[in-house]
Amino acid sequence: MSVKDKVIEIIAEQAVLEPSDVAMESTLEDLGIDSLGLVESIFAIEEAFDISVPFNANEPEQSDFDISSVSTIVAGIEKLVAEQTA
Amino acid sequence: MKRVVITGAGTINALGRGVPATFEAMREGRCGIGELEFRDVERLAIRIGGQVKGYEPEETFNRQQLALYDRFTQFALIAAREAIAQSGLEFHGDMADRSGVVLGTSGGGLTTQDENYRSVYEEGKNRVHPFVVPKLMNNAAASHVSMEFNLRGPTFTVATACASSNHAMGLAFQMVRSGACPAMITGGAESMLCFGGVKAWEGLRVMSKDACRPFSANRNGMVQGEGAGVYVFEDYDHARARGADILAEVVGFAMTSDAADIVMPSKQGAARAISGALRDGRIDRDEVGYINAHGTGTAANDKTECAAVADAMGPQADRLMISSTKSMHGHCIGGTGAVELLACIMALRDGVIAPTIGHEEFDAECALDVVPNEAREADVSVVLSNAFAFGGLNAVLALRKV
Repeated sequence: MSVKDKVIEIIAEQAVLEPSDVAMESTLEDLGIDSLGLVESIFAIEEAFDISVPFNANEPEQSDFDISSVSTIVAGIEKLVAEQTA
Repeated sequence: MKRVVITGAGTINALGRGVPATFEAMREGRCGIGELEFRDVERLAIRIGGQVKGYEPEETFNRQQLALYDRFTQFALIAAREAIAQSGLEFHGDMADRSGVVLGTSGGGLTTQDENYRSVYEEGKNRVHPFVVPKLMNNAAASHVSMEFNLRGPTFTVATACASSNHAMGLAFQMVRSGACPAMITGGAESMLCFGGVKAWEGLRVMSKDACRPFSANRNGMVQGEGAGVYVFEDYDHARARGADILAEVVGFAMTSDAADIVMPSKQGAARAISGALRDGRIDRDEVGYINAHGTGTAANDKTECAAVADAMGPQADRLMISSTKSMHGHCIGGTGAVELLACIMALRDGVIAPTIGHEEFDAECALDVVPNEAREADVSVVLSNAFAFGGLNAVLALRKV
């Protein structure tokens, strides 16, 4: 499974949706994921890829990790996974 | 209805052991937050906290006692000894039968749990010390205080996360006010600064890696502390009759539940608790000169708290001072309201308002007088202490100068 598909699967599970219903341009808000759901998703992603995601709930806009949409999250995770294998 | 006064105070926290040392640190705006020191700390992402340093348990307690006293119980006993000694009270006969202990804690003997889980899971040991259960239970501290001072009346522990000790002190207040108890020993204690305790908090991603900066626009989270605050709440007439030195009067208390979210605070819930405490104490809001804020340094708490204060206090919100001493001693979780009540007593007794240190940038969402960085002299007659816990549980106390 690609990084993208796995991330979408995790987000879909959190949103109680089918992965096919998660559009790349959706925001977490669109998907009904609140701050607690976000923290839980990031935890699941970290566990799935054995990476550390630099995210502080107090300053999401200043974290090195862009959570503004599914596509930015996927891009961020792909980068972290690539850095880890590099 | 009885009037309720505070006739003794005690503490141990990252700013010092004892009330005088803590007052001095608060006046000077000293920071007690530093590098954490305990086993496996290198496996944590968060490595700072308001840890009690330079404290050797063996200097205060003997080996038999230490076999039974988790660190949070030790802190509670140290604070209780100071408070009861200051009050000059002794508990015999009817006085002993009707006086008790209500303490707040969230994690109880968490260090004991951490050490023993490590021993059986990580080290594979198959036997634990026989006193693990009486050492880790949440009521251990309250029970040991009752035993040491012969307090045979109502004694129990309150666990409402970060509001635990405000709830505990509020209940003690109500018990003395109702006439049920001539005196109550109350406050709270917490010691969660161990690997498991901090690791659990890390998971929420609300912790700062560098400092606790409440109300500052560049704040980036909370910093955990540890310690205890314990007080003697006494019937005013009883205290007067024996010529006790009165530190302050407890005049109002209110508690509310947001009934909304398990972690996100609610402006309405907090504002209802503040207004409720004023109503309970028959306080005109224009009398309130200082509020010791919950002020955790998280994005969510600080702006919600400031909005709640603005709502509940009306125009007085722009005239009063509000500070968060968590910037100095860290967030002592279930003991935090008790440690912070010291700032309220200092404001009323000494006319010194403890500062919010680490304040670097004005935040338009926290546009109140947060007493940034330096303590201030001010004559205040009524103060409030806020505590807003995870679980949406809010508890606010009101104190008046005597």
